[in-house]
Amino acid sequence: MDTQTETLNQNQSILQKKPIWQAHPYLINSLILLVALILSVTVGSIYIPLQNILHLLLKPLLNLNIVDAPFYSTILFTVRLPHTILVCLTGAALASSGAAYQGLFRNPLADPYLIGVASGAGLGAVVALGISWPSTVLGWLSIPVAAFVGATITVWLVYSLASVNRSVPTTTLILAGVAVSSFATALTSFVMLRSKDEVHRALSWLLGGSPMSGWAPVWAAFPYIMIGLIALWLFSHALNVLQFGEEQAQQLGIHVERTKLMIILAASLTTAAAVSFSGLIGFIGLIVPHMMRLLWGTDYKRLIPLSVLGGGSALLLADLLARVVLAPQVLPVGIVTALAGAPFFLWLLRRAKDQLYW
Amino acid sequence: MTNMLNVHQVGFSYNGKTILQDVSLQVESGEILAVVGPNGAGKTTLIRTISGILHPKTGMVQVSGMNLEKLPPIQRARYLAVVPQARELPATFTVFQTVMLGRTPYLGWLGNTTTQDVEIVRHVLHLTELEDFKERRIGEISGGEQQRVLLARALAQNTPILLLDEPTAHLDLQHQSRLLNLVRQSADEIGLAVLLAIHDLNLVGFYADRVLLLVNGKVQSIGTPNEVLTQANIERAYQVNVEVISHPRYGTPLILPDGFQKIPQSQMLSSKEITSQSQLKFQPIPLYPRSYVGEDFKMKEKGS
Repeated sequence: MDTQTETLNQNQSILQKKPIWQAHPYLINSLILLVALILSVTVGSIYIPLQNILHLLLKPLLNLNIVDAPFYSTILFTVRLPHTILVCLTGAALASSGAAYQGLFRNPLADPYLIGVASGAGLGAVVALGISWPSTVLGWLSIPVAAFVGATITVWLVYSLASVNRSVPTTTLILAGVAVSSFATALTSFVMLRSKDEVHRALSWLLGGSPMSGWAPVWAAFPYIMIGLIALWLFSHALNVLQFGEEQAQQLGIHVERTKLMIILAASLTTAAAVSFSGLIGFIGLIVPHMMRLLWGTDYKRLIPLSVLGGGSALLLADLLARVVLAPQVLPVGIVTALAGAPFFLWLLRRAKDQLYW
Repeated sequence: MTNMLNVHQVGFSYNGKTILQDVSLQVESGEILAVVGPNGAGKTTLIRTISGILHPKTGMVQVSGMNLEKLPPIQRARYLAVVPQARELPATFTVFQTVMLGRTPYLGWLGNTTTQDVEIVRHVLHLTELEDFKERRIGEISGGEQQRVLLARALAQNTPILLLDEPTAHLDLQHQSRLLNLVRQSADEIGLAVLLAIHDLNLVGFYADRVLLLVNGKVQSIGTPNEVLTQANIERAYQVNVEVISHPRYGTPLILPDGFQKIPQSQMLSSKEITSQSQLKFQPIPLYPRSYVGEDFKMKEKGS
């Protein structure tokens, strides 16, 4: 064996001995998510000890006979728990649809917020909420559908405006995203100005990036987000193949047009359901997938589930920050993600040329 | 011997401009048909039409007797693999991941691989001498190695037909011969029907059984390298003066550009002198370096 092969083999054995964090991406991310979930339900204007939360959660299951302070139960079940679940779902939805858009457009800067999909979904949701504030189950469930229509139209517009010779360059993508999303935002403002006072206030909170409260939004968002996430996961292998370009993907047996349509529909559905009840929260779809890529590689079969876990914990932590930083005042979580995300975006824009990473 | 690939009077036009006209060709199992021609002659369009990316305006492409257009992409990918030029590849994919994508037509939606898929990919990596690179990222290896990865991916597709679109375009001498030796070996030993679009006319004689000379989207001539690569044919197709000599060791046609304006007539050698000089200086590319036709590979193929 010559020296060159020997060093190569040595390099390989180094590669095979991965550090623990690199070998167990799911475990690490699940642990982080667990910590974020615990922090999110315990910390707030009133601190609820973890012990009491476990009592309250396990009481019906284990027939525990422990008496807790009654307001703990009220705070946990009517405020903290639905809020935590909605934030977690929203983060998971935005991060994984961001990963999917980046893979579909083969552009590292595609993010539901930057390419205008979120604004389109926002417009759809605001139109639906402005017509009548939902009071029935069906009413709540119809909001994401309206948002989905808005999101799909927007993404299709941006995609057709931005694509040049079957690829989507960064410049045209961002320009088309800005143009279409400004248009959608203007329409949204118009619809809001025409709406009643209370509705107007609620909507401006929502669009500023503050998740709605109560259980109704959780139940209404959950089925759509789950359908979207499962669909994205099913298309993760196709996303891998698509990284080699549409022509090679077709030659490798992928039905390119059909696959692209399905990925757009799935990613837009997840985004729409998240935006409907949590508003416009930027940069989660950008930061989380890129962190996961940097740490665990580009394989979409792994990237999609990791973005689900990582998106959930990232938005929970951002939301925690938004709640404690100026307590008792609560900031819209969209402000926190934008403060962290905008510098990251600029850094990414500079790094986009670095082919080895993306 | 069967006609694996049958291209029947295919025509293609784009924006009113005719790019391919009445192109017919057949490739048998175990045969390499080289497609040569000047830039813009339609070589790439022909490859893209045969691989189903473009739809022929007239005529049809048959694989194994079936009309290609009637097959869904997944079926097509089981009959026909394409080696594109190594350009704009996703840099972060590892060599192993990339070659495994060649198994896509046999995997389900989720792309879950079986031990058989892994076995095939390992074998192909061994064949293409990429075993040591399998954990390396595409962005970290050289252009020649990237091109071998794409060949490995196509071989992993396990198809009876292989199309190559100028695979040696940016490769140095060593990588050119390594790649084309592998292609020749695949045709000989696995019985692939190979269509090879290539620029370098001198390589054609070494590797191809037959040559198709494509000019302005039409077949100008088709036949063995010695029949097609004649001075008259090449000068007509490329609009340049050439000298065609016979390889001193293999008898394959070698094409030398002629008509340089800067060299005065007095310094030019007669054709006899050229032949004798080239016999002295020319170091031929060995057709089969030992390492490519390892005995274990032969045994594996025959045993399985």
